[in-house]
Amino acid sequence: MRRTNAAQAAPVAPAERRSCGFATLYRKELADHFHSARFKLVLLLLTLAGLASLFGALEAVSDANASSSEYVILALYTLSSNSIPSFASFLAYLAPLAGLALGFDAINRERAQGTLNRLVSQPIYRDAIINAKFLAGVTVIFLMIFFVGILAGALGLLVVGIPPEAEELLRIGAYLLLTVVYTSMWLGLSMLCSVLCRHAATSALIVIALWIYLTLFASMVVSVIANLAYPLDGIMGFYNAMDNYQLQLTLERASPYYLYCEAASTLLNPNIRTVGITTQASMSGALASYLTFDQSLLLIWPHLTCMVALALFSFICSYVLFMRQEIRA
Amino acid sequence: MADNVIEMEGLTKRYGAITAVDNLTLSVRRGEVFGLLGPNGAGKTTTTLMLLGLTDPTAGSARIAGVDCTRSPLRVKRFVGYLADNMGFYPEMTGRENLRMTGRMNGLHGEALERRIDGLIERVGIAEAVDRRTGTYSKGMKQRLGIADILMKDPDVLIMDEPTNGIDPEGMRELTALIRQLAEEDGKTILISSHQLHQIQQICDRVGIFVSGRLIACGGISDLARQLEQENGLRYEIGATPGGEALLQALGGVEGVEEAALQEDGLVSLRTRGDPSDAIVRTLLDRGFTLTHLHQSSTDLDEIYAKYFERAGESDAQDKRGASRPRRAR
Repeated sequence: MRRTNAAQAAPVAPAERRSCGFATLYRKELADHFHSARFKLVLLLLTLAGLASLFGALEAVSDANASSSEYVILALYTLSSNSIPSFASFLAYLAPLAGLALGFDAINRERAQGTLNRLVSQPIYRDAIINAKFLAGVTVIFLMIFFVGILAGALGLLVVGIPPEAEELLRIGAYLLLTVVYTSMWLGLSMLCSVLCRHAATSALIVIALWIYLTLFASMVVSVIANLAYPLDGIMGFYNAMDNYQLQLTLERASPYYLYCEAASTLLNPNIRTVGITTQASMSGALASYLTFDQSLLLIWPHLTCMVALALFSFICSYVLFMRQEIRA
Repeated sequence: MADNVIEMEGLTKRYGAITAVDNLTLSVRRGEVFGLLGPNGAGKTTTTLMLLGLTDPTAGSARIAGVDCTRSPLRVKRFVGYLADNMGFYPEMTGRENLRMTGRMNGLHGEALERRIDGLIERVGIAEAVDRRTGTYSKGMKQRLGIADILMKDPDVLIMDEPTNGIDPEGMRELTALIRQLAEEDGKTILISSHQLHQIQQICDRVGIFVSGRLIACGGISDLARQLEQENGLRYEIGATPGGEALLQALGGVEGVEEAALQEDGLVSLRTRGDPSDAIVRTLLDRGFTLTHLHQSSTDLDEIYAKYFERAGESDAQDKRGASRPRRAR
């Protein structure tokens, strides 16, 4: 209702019109997400998982009671009781699901409904369609992750009663942001599948398979490969140990899940001073203190750049493929 | 502004070894309803997609109102409405919401947008259904909403791909009336692609017959009929008493009759050169027959269509002709 003057009432000449495809589509996508059962389900799942892990963490915090860390609020995200995984590991498992659920039928549903035809015959740039879809998805993911993260922190704060320090808030913010980027990578990946696959079911299966492989099985496969290359049995095992671990780490880091986990735990744990191999020699003379936030950030800077690059790369692939694809069914 | 709104010159599209559209040169005049006729897979949809810049031609060019369709598709899409054949709506949104979204994408806002929507709803006659989710719409209603949808941008040119597909006869009548009205009262230029001849016959000023990517005939329906008559002669159906073999022989002897055959229903079908109807009637009367039925058939599009397909050596057309024959014999 911004421009409801008399001039607007007259038919607008085509040349004067500014088409606002992106804004329209973005709004529509957002509304779609918020109304969809899928979004509600994923949000519910994340919230329940968050609350369950918080419950476990509170138990663990009261057990450990003041002995371990001076960052109690941070500990709420990383500590786990015996039965329930920590918030961070829950999110590492489940956040990709949010990305998958929001993206796996982004393009192929439009195609199946016949609405893609209608969209591309409007005077909008074709990339507005996929940009709007991706950005709306990222927005929803951002809201979801921050909602769950802040909810867990706030409830924990109520129970624990120790106010967080600025450093903790920064770390939590950075951690949640990292999770958003990680989840966006999965969104991009699932959108890529939705561009490639004609059927939503196929693309859902592919991304779910990829998700399960990367989060559960990749590390097993990697350790098998590492053990084949550098056997740890017998006397040679001592010589191979270093190479074995090195290879394992390198291969593991090919998986975004591992990258994310390393980065997340470094962000949430000021205790973690190195990622990867540490020798006795490099530890000698180190002061037993916490890392500051910027030092932690510096430590995982390569991880962060990789994560952003992966998220962008997955989106760019789907962007390029979508732009080059024939529109006709 | 030139008289021709849509101009295609040497338009060619190849998919690998397959040529979907072969050197198509065609122009559509302002305010004209042009029917692009052809069997499925003749390249009609490819042609319409190239007109909107949704597919790049391998060679040649297409222009609408002087704007190059391949180079500036966005400008073309501002004044060209495209109704795709498998077009759909967001099922979870109401018809009005779908229209509103299209309007927004075309730069309409606020009151102007709402007024345009209300006007169009009334025009296509979906007032009672427009606030329901489009998922519940019937095919005919969707088609009407589709027309409202492409009219949202107030286009000068409408391109419709199989608009009559899957619509019941009543809906068809309304649709054809609406299309005719758009052309006559609103002065829109309309390009319709279809394989359904009868509707096209009612609404098109000119048709182009399109087989295997090539335009094999183009012109008004009566022109095409006349052209065919000259080449192939007329067809008659004649019934008389006494009928049967005697009638067949009598007719076979008439000057100008090239072929006579007895149909199952007792009528004799003739293929003639020129117009020998006088001679036929006179001969029959002279020989004591009582004429009960005389029907000249060949001016309708079915026949034209079949003829042209036959000429193009299209086997598909044979089936169509076979299918249409019993209908006419009735």
